[in-house]
Amino acid sequence: MNKYLEKFFRVFLYVSITILAILFLIPIVWVIVTSLKLPGQVYTEPPIWIPKDIIWTNYVDIFTRVPLLHYGLNSIIVAGLSTIGTLISCSLVAFSLARLKWPGRDFVFLMVLGTMMLPAVVTLIPTYVIYTRLHWVDTYYPLVLPSWLGANAFNIFLLRQFMYGIPHELDEAARMDGASSIRILFQIMYPLSKPALATVTIFSFLGSYNDLLGPAMYITTNIKYTLPMALYALAGTYGQFWPYVMAASVLMTLPIILIFVLFQNQFIRGIQMTGLAGR
Amino acid sequence: MDKAITKDTYRSQSRMKLREWREGWLFASPFIIGFIVLWLGPMLYSMFIVTQDWNLLRAPRFVGFDNILHMLKDSLLVKSLKATAIYTFLSVPLQIIFALVLALALNNQIKGKVAYRTVFFLPTVVPTVAVALGWLTIFYPSGGLLNYYLKLNIRWLINPDYAIYALVIMSLWTIGTQMIICLAGLQNIPKELEDAAQVDGTNNWQKFFYITIPLISPILLYLLIIGFINSFQVFAIALIMTNGGPQNSTLFMVLYIYTLGFKRFNMGYAATLAWLLFIFIMAFTVVQFKLANKWVYYDSQT
Repeated sequence: MNKYLEKFFRVFLYVSITILAILFLIPIVWVIVTSLKLPGQVYTEPPIWIPKDIIWTNYVDIFTRVPLLHYGLNSIIVAGLSTIGTLISCSLVAFSLARLKWPGRDFVFLMVLGTMMLPAVVTLIPTYVIYTRLHWVDTYYPLVLPSWLGANAFNIFLLRQFMYGIPHELDEAARMDGASSIRILFQIMYPLSKPALATVTIFSFLGSYNDLLGPAMYITTNIKYTLPMALYALAGTYGQFWPYVMAASVLMTLPIILIFVLFQNQFIRGIQMTGLAGR
Repeated sequence: MDKAITKDTYRSQSRMKLREWREGWLFASPFIIGFIVLWLGPMLYSMFIVTQDWNLLRAPRFVGFDNILHMLKDSLLVKSLKATAIYTFLSVPLQIIFALVLALALNNQIKGKVAYRTVFFLPTVVPTVAVALGWLTIFYPSGGLLNYYLKLNIRWLINPDYAIYALVIMSLWTIGTQMIICLAGLQNIPKELEDAAQVDGTNNWQKFFYITIPLISPILLYLLIIGFINSFQVFAIALIMTNGGPQNSTLFMVLYIYTLGFKRFNMGYAATLAWLLFIFIMAFTVVQFKLANKWVYYDSQT
């Protein structure tokens, strides 16, 4: 009797998650399909899943009408500089918190934890005013600088937890041999922290690439837009030609999907680390 | 090391300690500087801005408590708070429950587990802007996928009563990270506990409520706290999907503050509302922590 119940449960399980998986894929498939349609075919009843003519030229058109490559480069520059800044600053701070002993260390660690919980909204207006005074509005400085000052406390926390778990014997031995902290950091900590550093790299890059609020606040010249802003503006301009907007969305998402496919394990492991580190 | 501790050794050891102190501060300086420049300074400055009437083009004008008084009479603020609250209190618990259900499902021996996990996680990789634009068509009243296949006639993003719920539904698509975290937590449950329960003859429901839930409760708490903090500050989807409409029914707080500060350049009032939201989120987080003692189980409890 129990065996039949188990079998039924397993069938039920498979069927349910398969249905859910299909439902989850529908929006993605829909976006791709819509990007290959004619404008008039977007809101038809019944919805068209396989257009009669596949308009590949939508992609060519949107690419030539809108400087997507340029916007993409903007995004990559901002995201790249931010990520480098995050890696350098957060690993330095994490190392200091995890390995070095100094007065006030635990207090600073509490500050890091606190910053993770503080709603950033309260800093939006004043930092904008400050950047205005510095004449840094409509530049990339406000988008990149915070990363160099350890703004992403979460990354500090993650790296610190990871470094804390690395056995002390290694650096104790190095210290006895007279190694300086810098050498210990570069030759022991960094190589052993590769998984955590990879996670920080991926999520920092993605966070910056996807950010809309920052550029929406600080970038006013169209040519300096990053991809999220560009896409948002594009949706306004080409609202009647929705396949164009969908094509641009696909183009913006492709690099991310590529990174995801290549580093899937990194992604998953990174998230598990954050989840379990955050207990 | 059998060296006798001479005065020189002692002095060089304390020199080394001082060096470590210096290095500690030096290495941690990016964050310390960042904290002052990006958090403490701005927060204090913001308190000053609250007392001003300032549009950045001319000098600020001191108005004292006027902004706060205006806040107490702002009906749009009430709408904004309501929208933010409805969205957050609906989507965060629903997201976590859904993520947990998926994680429980995937925690069994399933063929193609990795494929399923990828499919459920993929939406969170897609940039928010693309997600919002893609779902716009799904919510279209006539010809949109949702209305057509569910045979509904709801004017999703056009009817002020329904727009918020459209955004809540959309938020259930991006539960990938929560699911992965739940999965990690479930896999951390020691097998011996489950086996012991099996031997004792507990049924599946009991196992779930007395073993699974307590052991993943720290993770659930983490997801709740982070979820609430983030949801209260949602911006992009409100801007792109509805721009706060229709009739300001989706004017989330951060969007309202953004409009005030960057479209109407009313810095004083924007800063006031930002502080209001800040205090509210902090208070709510503290309450969550206090309540957590009642339902979160930690291994170290005796």
